[in-house]
Order: sequence, then C-alpha cells, then structure tokens
Amino acid sequence: MYTSPLREPLIRGNKNYKQVTDDILAPMAGTPSKYWYIGISIAGLGLLFGAWSTYITVFYGIGEWGTNKTVGWAWDITNFVWWVGIGHAGTFISAILLLFRQKWRTSINRSAEAMTLIAVMCAGFFPLIHMGRLLLGFFIFPYPNTRLLWVNFNSPLLWDVFAISTYFLVSLIFWYVGLIPDLGTVRDRAKTKIRKAIYGFLSFGWTGSARHWSRHETVSLILAGLAAPLVLSVHTIVSFDFATSVIPGWHTTIFPPYFVSGAVFSGFAMVLTLMIISRKALNLEDYITVNHIESMNKIIILTGSIVGIAYLTEFFMAWYSGVEFETYAFFNRAFGPYAWAYWIMMTCNVITPQLFWFKKIRRSVLLTFIISIFVNIGMWFERFVIVVTSLHRDYLPSSWTMYRPTIVEVGLYVGTFGLFFTLFLLFIRVFPVIAIAEVKSVLKSSGEKTKTTGHE
Amino acid sequence: MYLNLQEKKQKLPDMNKYITAYYMDEEDLMKGLRQMKAKGLKVSDVLTPFPVHGIDKVLEIPRSRLTRVGFIAGAVGAAVAFGFQAWVFTIDYPLNFGGKPFFSVPSFIPVTFELTVLFAAFAMVIALLITNKLSPGTKPLIHDERCTDDRFLVLVKVDDDSSDESISQIKLTLAEAGAEGILLKA
Repeated sequence: MYTSPLREPLIRGNKNYKQVTDDILAPMAGTPSKYWYIGISIAGLGLLFGAWSTYITVFYGIGEWGTNKTVGWAWDITNFVWWVGIGHAGTFISAILLLFRQKWRTSINRSAEAMTLIAVMCAGFFPLIHMGRLLLGFFIFPYPNTRLLWVNFNSPLLWDVFAISTYFLVSLIFWYVGLIPDLGTVRDRAKTKIRKAIYGFLSFGWTGSARHWSRHETVSLILAGLAAPLVLSVHTIVSFDFATSVIPGWHTTIFPPYFVSGAVFSGFAMVLTLMIISRKALNLEDYITVNHIESMNKIIILTGSIVGIAYLTEFFMAWYSGVEFETYAFFNRAFGPYAWAYWIMMTCNVITPQLFWFKKIRRSVLLTFIISIFVNIGMWFERFVIVVTSLHRDYLPSSWTMYRPTIVEVGLYVGTFGLFFTLFLLFIRVFPVIAIAEVKSVLKSSGEKTKTTGHE
Repeated sequence: MYLNLQEKKQKLPDMNKYITAYYMDEEDLMKGLRQMKAKGLKVSDVLTPFPVHGIDKVLEIPRSRLTRVGFIAGAVGAAVAFGFQAWVFTIDYPLNFGGKPFFSVPSFIPVTFELTVLFAAFAMVIALLITNKLSPGTKPLIHDERCTDDRFLVLVKVDDDSSDESISQIKLTLAEAGAEGILLKA
C-alpha cells in the first residue's frame, strides 16, 4: 500500500479496531464526570432563563422586546441567522467533504452533524417566537383551510419555511442513517438488559451484512450529493429575506454567496470551540488531532477571506452605485452610532482569521480556541450590523431611532445557548460522538500503524 | 395440495443451519473470500464492522438500485411542488402582488428545489430500510456480537439434509482459507 511520506496519520497511537470501539464508546459508559454535571447545570440555568423569557414574550407579547416601529427586526432575526449559520458546518463536513473524499472528516462529522441539528432547532425557535402568537404558528404551512387561502409562494420568508424544515429533516435522517451501524455496536456491547433493549430498538436490527453495507454506502453517497446543494440553498434563501427587500444595505446581489461563506465560517468556528473542549474532556485526542484542527483552520481562512472581500465589495459598491441612501447606509454603519458593532465585526471576522496563515498559530490548540470564539462573536455582530444599522436610520429622518435589547431578548438568546449545550451534553452521553465504522474504514490507510511500517 | 403445504412449511429459511467462521482483518478476509470463490464455495453473507471495499465484487452483490428510487422520488417532488404552486397562483386563488405575473417561474424555484431534495432523501432512506429489512424493534439473528466491533464473520448456509461429509468439506475449505473459529450453528 502506498503511503505518503508528507501526510501525518489521521488517527494516532497504533490503534486496532477493538481499541477504536473502546475509546469512542468510553464516554458513554459509567457515570458522567463532575465536569459534565457542572456543564449541564449551567446549561440548565440558561434554559430556565430562556423559559422565563419565552413565558414573558408569549404572555405579554413582543412589546416586551426592544424592537420598535423603525427597527422592526433585531435580535430575533440576528440570532436566527447566526444559529442557522452555525448549523452549516455540520452538513458541510458530512456532505461536501464526503464528496471531496476528505478522510479527516470521519473523526468530526458525527458531532458536527449533531451540532447542526441542535443549532437548527435553536434557530427555528426565533421565527416561531417572533410571531407573537405561537399557537398560530402553523399558519406558515400551506394547508387547506376554511379561509380558502394559501401561503404566498413568492415570499422569501415562505421559502425560508421550506428551506429550514427540509434542512432539518434531511440532516436528521442523514445523521441517523450514519448512526444505525454504530448503534448496533453499542447494542452488541451493552451489559445490561435495558441498555440492550433500547439500543436494539434504536439500531433497527443492524447486523453489518455486506449487502446492507453496500446499500448503506450508496444511500450515504446520494444523500451527501443531495445535502451539498441543500446546505448552499439554505443560507442563500436566508439571505433572500434581506436581499429581495428594498432596504439600503440589504438590497445587494452578493448576499447569497456572502451569507453561505459566512455560515460555513461561523459554523467551523463553533465546531472548533466544541471539539477542542470535548476532545480533551472525552479523551479523544488521538482521534481529533492537531491535524484535524489545522484542516478546519484552513477552511476558516478561506471562508473568512471570502467574507472579508464581501465586506469590502459591499462598501465599494455602496459608493460606486452613486445612490445617496445606499452610500449613507454604509457610512452610517462604519461611523454612525453603531460603529462599535461594525468595528467589532471587522476585527473579529477580517483580521483574526488571517492569523491562521502562520502555521504555529494554526496548529496551536489554545490560540485556535481563542480565535474560534472571536469568530463566533464577530459573526453574531455581522448579522446584528446588517439588521439593525440598516434599519435604525431609514428614509425619513424623523423616524430615526436607536435600538437596545431588553432583558427578555437577552434571555431568549441565552436560553438557546442553554438548549444547545443541554442537548449537546446529552448527545455525548447517549450516542457515539465519533462515527466508529467510518473511523475504522480509514484506519488502515491513514492510521499510525500503516504510516510507520509502510508497505505491507 | 395439503401435502404440498406441509412440505413447504418444513423448508422455512430459518430452518437452515449455518457454518460461521471469522477473520480479524479485512485484508485476510478478502484473500480468504477469493480462495473460497475459486474453490466454488458459496458464501451466503459476510458480517463486517465497517464497509469493506471490493467485497461486493467477490460476493457478487449487484449494484444497488436505490439511486433510481431517489431519482424518481426527486422528480415526483419537483413536479408536486412546482405544479402545486402554479395551480395555487394561476387557477385556485390568483393574487396580485404589485402587478407581477401570476405564473412567476423564478419564484417557484426555491420551494421546488427544497421539495425535490426532501422527497428524494426520504424515499431513499425508506427504501433502504425496507430493502435491508431494518426497522425499530427488529430483532436480528446475532451470530457473533463482535462482528460490529472487530470481527469479520463469514456465513455459509447449509441445507438441513446435507450430509456430514459435505459439511466437513465446507469446514475444510474455510480452514484452508485461513478462517478462525469455524462453527456449525443450527
């Protein structure tokens, strides 16, 4: 077998198949550690704060928010776009990197996809709650009704309904199809009867037959082929929410590619934030190595640079268009009352990822962790800047106003963090965090054993 | 007629015996399978902890037709989505949005695309579960609990009425092909 002398092994530590199973399933066994309990308690507190804010919003209405006549959209849509964007990394890793035959994705795809699902749930919460009357949420679906009305299929907000629901459902089945063989492994190693019964149920009776694998592989590949354009379409459609309007600062044709790369950018940052903690906490450092971190950092440089160019292009076009309102909207962004938000965005998204050009920084776990948090913050501010600065000074100076969030809005945002971390912490206890079968299938070609002994 | 039914009952597939043997490495497994094939031994199935590439050819597993299911369902999804939107806006309830055309193809595309993907993905996964006979609560026959861990199990079906001689012949072929733990299971 040919082994490249330049590439380092993907999986370190001379593992055999049994050790791979043991290592990956170890976090699911026994009682959770002290840190797990601390983590889930903090997340639970966040969730409680969110529940209180939801109660206030539903009971008293969205008048409890800081939004007003001029700034009609604010934290709700900012958080929605931010969470959807974070979700994009999971699908990018599991679908697009599968099509590009990137073997390193096998160590991170499972947890990144779980992160996608949870992030999309958090995202979906905001459009639901911003309707004010939650009980009428089903009005967004085209169903036969006594009013004889259908939904407006020409509206990007309706496209969003379809895009986000399809994205969630397809990601869910893609993730679960990949999980079935690994759940079979959990079932076969279960010690107690209850555990065996639960995982037997969840694994759908998987045996690992060669015929089953053959079909499983076919379906995984086609699902990846379907999910790849899907993930690009989702943020494209999210960007249409803005781009098809006539608000200066929103009405730009570069929004779709700019939003998609921004989404992948923020998503990878979130994957890194989570992975760097969990590889340490779950003792999976042999599986998620510095090479994995470096590969993800390279994608961050690429997408971060695309985002940077998009910012500059927008600014240039605002001036070049010669439209007074367009020029003012951008001038106001950079030098108006929300300039601080704009410059946080510029620093976090344009300058910090460029540090990854240095190999030392790219391969440093600590610095990557810090920069990933900067990117998360920067990408949140990007959406805030786009939404709020474009709205708060509209065509009529007498309606100019400022926006500041209320405690209820902060609570809703913190609540989604609580939901995110609660579900993620439950996920690492209940399901294998790394795709066991997929790691085993790249072990021979990319494990340390083959790399050191060379030819066989 | 009655007699015929009785005969059929006795030949239920579950009544078959199996000979199982395992390998600890997929390369040994592939070598072994090729040897068995050369000697004319019919391997009914191989249970592996992960997909082993090239095994389809040796076991003569035909290429999966699930892709066709995906294509057909995707086409149905596209037709349903586009047709429905067109019907709503031209026949059932035409609404005037700022004088724009009722039959506005570009704005029907996003929903059409999403439903194409949704239909294709769900149809393929459902077809996968049906063809693989996988469903929540299915109780599979587990020959060896380690074949979802690190063992590659070879299954050879033996007829009920086959002689001891032919069984020992199969066992010999398996042993010659380097398989371990050869067992006859009823």
